[in-house]
Amino acid sequence: MLLQGNEAVVEGALRAGCRFFAGYPITPATEISEILSVKLPQVDGTFIQMEDEIASLGAVIGASLAGVKSMTATSGPGFSLMQENPGFAIIAEVPCVIVDVMRGGPSTGLPTFPSQSDVMQARWGTHGDHPIIVLSASTVRECYDMTIKAFNFSEKFRTPVILLIDEVVAHMREKMVLSNEDEVEIFNRVKPTVPPEWYIPFEDTPSGIPAMANFGEGYRYHVTGLTHDIRGFPTSRPDEIGPFIARLHRKISQHFSEIQMAEFFQTEDADITIVAYGSVARSAKRAMIEAREKGLKVGLLRLMTIWPFMRSAVEKVLQVSKTLLVPEMNMGQISREVKRVNRGVAKVFTLNKVDGTIITPEEILNRITEVA
Amino acid sequence: MAEVTKLIHKYLRHDKKFPHVWCPGCGIGIMLGALIRAIDRVGHEKDEIVLVSGIGCSGRLPVYVDFNTLHTTHGRALTFATGVKLAKPSLKVIVIMGDGDAVAIGGNHFIHAARRNIDVTSIILNNSVYGMTGGQYSPTTPYGMRSSTTVYSNIEQAFKISELAVTAGAVFVGRGTVYHAKLLDSLIEKAILKEGFSVVEVIAHCHTQYGRQNRLGTAVEMMEWQRDHAVTVEKAAAMKPVELQDKIVIGILVDKELPVYQDEYEKIRERSKAAAGR
Repeated sequence: MLLQGNEAVVEGALRAGCRFFAGYPITPATEISEILSVKLPQVDGTFIQMEDEIASLGAVIGASLAGVKSMTATSGPGFSLMQENPGFAIIAEVPCVIVDVMRGGPSTGLPTFPSQSDVMQARWGTHGDHPIIVLSASTVRECYDMTIKAFNFSEKFRTPVILLIDEVVAHMREKMVLSNEDEVEIFNRVKPTVPPEWYIPFEDTPSGIPAMANFGEGYRYHVTGLTHDIRGFPTSRPDEIGPFIARLHRKISQHFSEIQMAEFFQTEDADITIVAYGSVARSAKRAMIEAREKGLKVGLLRLMTIWPFMRSAVEKVLQVSKTLLVPEMNMGQISREVKRVNRGVAKVFTLNKVDGTIITPEEILNRITEVA
Repeated sequence: MAEVTKLIHKYLRHDKKFPHVWCPGCGIGIMLGALIRAIDRVGHEKDEIVLVSGIGCSGRLPVYVDFNTLHTTHGRALTFATGVKLAKPSLKVIVIMGDGDAVAIGGNHFIHAARRNIDVTSIILNNSVYGMTGGQYSPTTPYGMRSSTTVYSNIEQAFKISELAVTAGAVFVGRGTVYHAKLLDSLIEKAILKEGFSVVEVIAHCHTQYGRQNRLGTAVEMMEWQRDHAVTVEKAAAMKPVELQDKIVIGILVDKELPVYQDEYEKIRERSKAAAGR
């Protein structure tokens, strides 16, 4: 079927088991709200349009605590407004999905133009030292797959997961085939199996991820945005605070191999490797093919997981490539991470565009010839 | 065993480390007692109750009681409560807020939850001040009063929380004080039994901050002030606005019927399925 990126997000969410959506209208993410307002009640789910984006994510977290897979969708300005609540979902370990269809900023910026300028907002938008999982999508098909992944990761690791899509991918229509029922792996949160009196809601386990009881299922416990002990009660004891914050990080970092996804195209012999994500990765692939036709050995590392940043993938291409090129629709957000991993091994070049237009294959090709 | 002891054993968390965070003489304890007695009389199972709070002195209330408890971000308690209620309507959702929570940072959520008629009970502790952060003025600090951030006197007019709730569309609104403990019991009980968005405003004293800065005396003296300035809704109806200026009108301000959000949404589900089947 022919689907728009935002429509594919909806299909992915429903397939993943999402049954609650709260959101606030914002371009260019509004289609997600509109379609879910039609489809969620059909499957006994709930759609509600809240009074703002903070309220939207609050309702999403509440619904998830009551046991229903939940999400919201927004764009840069709305994402900025809701930033106190991703932090709550992180510290209280509540699974939920936030889709950010990126548009040009700062502030109201460019509501209908593409951008990739929320990469750092997704990483550090909420205050405090926290881990975060951020995924991206380059195609309509990937909007579907990554939405399912986002739900699976959120349920598995008990954390909010952010899906960053740029406006081009969100509004582009492409052919895609929807998976058969049995092809998609769906992960549901692990519930406690012990009797309520033995349940320790924020217990440190080998995986770092405690079992999660839903409200109303007999496990009465305390959920708070305050730093808490393993029972969920606020604590000011250093010997409880330290291990708790460490576990929040560890539960993500010890699962890097599962969370971090990337694609390598002809990087085995590449003198120059392009590191790209989102719609820019599509232009980069075209540029790579054309450069190869001209006899330049160019490869492409396409990041699918944005955060935690895939250091291992960059290190892998650094073993071969002496030049890296990072094209982005921002002033250089991921390129900083690439440079951090590079530590002077290769030359890292950027191609930044912030004029509201996409980065074309020609522009990348020209930059390749410049830096080659 | 005395009745109060039974209630303490049944509803307070045994594994939570007491003492609580509140100052000696604080009115929150009276509100908590009234809430527990009301829940006990209504007869809800502890598993069915979700107690949600915001930030501040009142925000610390849920941690002590043995329900599903959720201590959210400042002012956002009603948004979380909306999600819990709509995701699982069988749960009884009660929200505890302070005046800062309900009508400053969360004012928007408050009027919209009322307008939607979300089936939750809001209990708002109004002590006219931000107590936990050291006594700054709030949207309910009366004109002319002092606080840590209005040392030269407050030049803003105060919100009337209950009247705001009535205007925003709440189906049940009651106001009590921590002095009138029995009235508070019955207001909270009625609010919990009411289907739709119900509000109980609890006028309380903060002798530690507001009282000290305005030389209003001890906790007991401030409660005596509540006693001396409270007039019932019935009495107030016959009084002139000028006579009511420094009075607290207590009792039930509104009790009406409106379609409840979750029931209306169930109809939407049926309509959507019928439309999809066509």
